[in-house]
Amino acid sequence: MNVALFLPCYVDQFYPQVGISTLQLLEKLGCTVTYPLNQTCCGQPMANSGFEKLAQDCNELFVKNFAGFDAVVCPSGSCTLHVKDHLHSHDREGDAQQIRSHIYELTEFLTDVLKVERLPARFMHKVGLHQSCHGQRGLHLSQMSELVAPPFSKPEKLLTMVEGLELIALDRKDECCGFGGTFCVFEEAVSSRMGIDRVEDHVRNGAEVLTGGDMSCLMHLEGIVRRKKLPVRVMHIAEILNQD
Amino acid sequence: MGNETKDHAALAEAFIRDEERVDWHDGALWWIRQKRDIASRQIPEWEALREAASRIKSHVLSNLHDYLLEFEANATRNGIRVHWAADAAEHNAIVYSILKEKGIRQMVKSKSMLTEECHLNEYLIERGVDVINSDLGEYIQQLDNEPPSHIVLPCIHKRKEEIGEIFHEHLGTEKGVSDPTTLTRFARRHLRDVFITRRAALTGVNFAVAETGEYIVCTNEGNADMGAHLSEVQIASMGIEKIVPKKAHMGIFLRLLARSATGQPITIYSSHFKKPREGQEMHLILVDMGRSRQLGRPEFRDSLKCIKCGACMNTCPVYRKSGGLSYHNTISGPIGAILAPNLDMKKHADLPFASTLCGSCSNVCPVKINIHDQLYQWRQVIVKEGYAAHTKVLGMKAMAWTFSSPGSFSTLGKAGRWVLNNIPVAVNNRFNPWFRQRDMPEGPKESFSEWYARNHRPGGAVDPAPKASSDLQSIQPE
Ligand code: SF4
Repeated sequence: MNVALFLPCYVDQFYPQVGISTLQLLEKLGCTVTYPLNQTCCGQPMANSGFEKLAQDCNELFVKNFAGFDAVVCPSGSCTLHVKDHLHSHDREGDAQQIRSHIYELTEFLTDVLKVERLPARFMHKVGLHQSCHGQRGLHLSQMSELVAPPFSKPEKLLTMVEGLELIALDRKDECCGFGGTFCVFEEAVSSRMGIDRVEDHVRNGAEVLTGGDMSCLMHLEGIVRRKKLPVRVMHIAEILNQD
Repeated sequence: MGNETKDHAALAEAFIRDEERVDWHDGALWWIRQKRDIASRQIPEWEALREAASRIKSHVLSNLHDYLLEFEANATRNGIRVHWAADAAEHNAIVYSILKEKGIRQMVKSKSMLTEECHLNEYLIERGVDVINSDLGEYIQQLDNEPPSHIVLPCIHKRKEEIGEIFHEHLGTEKGVSDPTTLTRFARRHLRDVFITRRAALTGVNFAVAETGEYIVCTNEGNADMGAHLSEVQIASMGIEKIVPKKAHMGIFLRLLARSATGQPITIYSSHFKKPREGQEMHLILVDMGRSRQLGRPEFRDSLKCIKCGACMNTCPVYRKSGGLSYHNTISGPIGAILAPNLDMKKHADLPFASTLCGSCSNVCPVKINIHDQLYQWRQVIVKEGYAAHTKVLGMKAMAWTFSSPGSFSTLGKAGRWVLNNIPVAVNNRFNPWFRQRDMPEGPKESFSEWYARNHRPGGAVDPAPKASSDLQSIQPE
């Protein structure tokens, strides 16, 4: 399968290991992966701040970069959701439509498209899973606690395939961490307090590693962990699934 | 946003400074959210109920004109005097004229967010009419001269000790007494006198049935009934969106309302008022106050489905951490943030931004309002109308320019990393809100793009890269 790798801009810049793990994992599972070098950003930071209109140039560039693949895979639920919901093009709407229906967040790509049932991964640690909201409530990667509906979780399913990994239970299993894009600076006090409460839930319940599918949330939580010198490590789920 | 001292971020920051208060405020509301979860799970058809309620409300909004007239005709036939008010001024004037005609100078009022929005109390007090709120939470807020911070739990942000202090100051309870039962008993005795002596009682309206011309008022304290049954003049104020077509629909809404609001199977008193008692006058005021304008905004009209259960507030982590008063609007929380800009876009331009768009609100909402999508849409409208804070505009323009041109993006990225790697104090200072309570990410030596360009061989194979996060020993905090 011909897969294009789409990395959120901050992953490219600050968390290359997440991109590397995603790429290696996909190749391990038999995909041919291309990383279009001219990619920048999906435009979400602007759109969520009310500047959807300004994001049009980003959209055109996105279509140029990602048209024509069997699938576009992104290790971020938030960016994936944004593209799915908002990618449009003036001249190439057909391509934009094709991308919208073929873009997948990494864990859903693994469970739903590649139908992965086992992984050659080993990770001997207690892990707490942070459910990022856009992935969970937007892309339905996991059932949300608000609904009276049967439970499921794509990221949890993958994590339980990892040998030695122990998934811990949290007091609030799907509460928002408070990152929220530009919310994290414009509402700094609320954002930080929300992040602190999330991190403490993981620490209190014995997580050695805090993981999740969205590096943006994790960057925020990691910033708090490091500032407070808490005994927990923050890792993207791709890094764990790629451990051997 | 123009008024910096009043925006949500600043008010929230002040609230959050009292960490202990945030702990229990957050905890108390989360506990109610959990009660709601338990109660909803006892009804297997919960999601179907939500869907039904949402559709009934859609139908009502599409046929509001007809249902309002049907309601008016039936209510009038029942002996209720129906009034129409376009805005707060008209509403308040109607209430005052009813009281004046009867020479009434004292009124008791049960919970009504609409009259809070209309600032009825202030209006009447200025004209020499004494108003007492009979809902205990609202009564406490009134004594303390503060608006309600939550539509169901008006003083949820107050500690019991603070309430004890207010009672001591205003009602003369013993200093230091803060036991809730003692205080409630005291308030009850006090309110009994009020109920007995008031000739006029005003209530809110939870639902009004077009088919029968009756209206339903839900309270846990029975205070609406107490006021209404003892009054000579009964007034009900309702927003025009409160209509339901048939009485049978109450079987859906009442089940949803109590469970969503507090996790109770039913509100203690769900009182149906249909006609005045012998010798009593019953008035009902239908109030528009921006609702028909909101109805005309296709992307926001569903906000009018709201049954004011408060579930979206209880579940909202931003609300729980920042307190209802930080929304500087009668209706706070997520629903307040999509209703308020319709009333005054400039004044409430900050509210749609006071959210992470996590979507929890939309999924607890018993009438399935897509609250978080509407928050997103309001942001677009507010920016378009020019109400976004100036700094945000500049930052976003720079960002759009950077991200739309790959050349400038990678240059900025490198420059940004160079700054992070080399002179952290330049970024890690108090002018960077990120850094106040969070460390910056460590700048890696190379970006993924650079690594990829270096390692990628045509055909898809890449050199094995050193894993940046290999062994856990290195992760222990320094
Ligand atoms: S928006 Fe929905 S959840 Fe919020 S108060 Fe209204 S009905 Fe309840």
